[in-house]
Amino acid sequence: MRRELAKEILANWNLPDVFFLTGDLGFMALEEVKSTLGTRFVNTGVAEQNMVGIAAGLAREGHKVFAYSIAPFCYARPFEQIRNDICMANLPICLIGNGGGYAYGAMGPTHHALEDCAAMSALGMRVLVPAFNEDLGPMLSSFTAPTYLRLGYDDRPPKTAAPAYAPWRQLLTGSRGVLTALGPLGGVAWGALQDLPEESRPSVWVASELCTQLIPADFYDQLSENHPLYVIEEHVAAGGLAMHLAYAISQNKLPCGPLRHHYALGYPSGRYGSQSFHRAECGLDAIGIRQMILAEL
Amino acid sequence: MDIKGFDDLFAKARMRLLQLHYDSQTGHLGGNLSCLQALMVVHHLTMKPEDRFILSKGHAAGALYITLWSLGKISDQELRTYGAEGTSFPVHPSGNGIPGLLFATGSLGHGPSLAAGLALSAKQRTQPHHVYCVCSDGEWQEGSCWEALIFAVHQKLDNLTIIIDQNGLQGFGSTQEVISCSDLTPRLIPFGANVQKGSGHNSASILNALSQKSTDRPNIIVLNTVKGKGTHFEGKIESHYLPINEEQYDFAQVSHTHEQVK
Repeated sequence: MRRELAKEILANWNLPDVFFLTGDLGFMALEEVKSTLGTRFVNTGVAEQNMVGIAAGLAREGHKVFAYSIAPFCYARPFEQIRNDICMANLPICLIGNGGGYAYGAMGPTHHALEDCAAMSALGMRVLVPAFNEDLGPMLSSFTAPTYLRLGYDDRPPKTAAPAYAPWRQLLTGSRGVLTALGPLGGVAWGALQDLPEESRPSVWVASELCTQLIPADFYDQLSENHPLYVIEEHVAAGGLAMHLAYAISQNKLPCGPLRHHYALGYPSGRYGSQSFHRAECGLDAIGIRQMILAEL
Repeated sequence: MDIKGFDDLFAKARMRLLQLHYDSQTGHLGGNLSCLQALMVVHHLTMKPEDRFILSKGHAAGALYITLWSLGKISDQELRTYGAEGTSFPVHPSGNGIPGLLFATGSLGHGPSLAAGLALSAKQRTQPHHVYCVCSDGEWQEGSCWEALIFAVHQKLDNLTIIIDQNGLQGFGSTQEVISCSDLTPRLIPFGANVQKGSGHNSASILNALSQKSTDRPNIIVLNTVKGKGTHFEGKIESHYLPINEEQYDFAQVSHTHEQVK
């Protein structure tokens, strides 16, 4: 989604008070952003702690700031700067972590971001996980508070149109429970289950904001004690979508069947490969998702 | 205000700082005493109203609160809440509700980047204000300080001045014992900043160093200081942590009075 991000920045964020910082990344994606923003595009170098501190200083003076890097370099390396300098001051900064989950594949585990949403959510940041390219515009239409944007790949099935953006959206109807996917896995689940009859599949939802207060009533209405709640996320279980959702369901005293949860298991085989390889190891590919549903029939 | 008038004001501030730490029974007195004069000089004799200030060595919040008190920005009543239950003036500053404070500090190594961000904004907007940032010397063991320095030099942030309180003592030893470095100056100079040296216990020296600003490079002022100056634990690591009792408070008051007379 890097190119779509660049388009969005150029179309709607080429404003005098906007800065775009990068931790020395963006080759073949951000060149036009760089040339268009001029001195407001700053390569802060291979120094992520400094990048976040610079972002905070700029934002404290009233600038809106984007700060971009590969996801783990963006949220894990400068964690304390995010906590103290951005969040304690409640500054309008959007940290952009490219390559959420296993997206960097065979680049290896240092480049994967498996606990980013939990970590940023725990600091009180707004956590955005776009599922489709078109989501970026409405997601970023405004931000006035600390925000973390986890970029991945649009995995929608071929020849489908993304539904209009909402933090929680229904992608497929179904009558055997509810499946919720975090961000791009919504597209994977959509493709995996769309050919099943409605009576054999759950309704499929995609969550693009890790905020349960944004869950619509329609979603809750579809929960049932008689069918499972499925949650799939390319993220560790701790502090992820399923835990947020379970907390919300418990707080609201809603009926719900058993939880079926596929999530990032790390590296169970001890081996490394593409994003598809890691998703398959965790049951997060189309085959694993379909098997999870069929096992309940 | 001339230097003599300022030094009288500083002597009063130093006494109030001792009282602050005695009344509140808080530690970190040593590092507060070592930078108080620099904070006072910067705020009273150098800064313009539009300038920005970052206290990167957040454990010297007491010295900053006293400086703000001496400027009439914090009341004595507010000072009496320092470190107490329900205070707005914690031992490390929160960044909320304290005049002129822009960020919560206390974890070392954050200030130089924050200050560089503020300075970059001023450059972008062609605003004339200057950004001052006070660090400790041990703080420069944080890699983030060097990240910020590299950045500030590259961006030619001549509207940034970083002041390092070089008292030579850190949390569990001297800087010489911990990293074989009793003077940061030769390590800083090759990075390309405008590095000045001075005595942190001499107002004229501090002022002189502050006046030597570059027109194309960030400025760093290394001030040699004595941690806990004028107290029973002057130059000792105990001054980093321990509160003072009544006898030690009396000793420090007498010591500072004698110094003022001299």
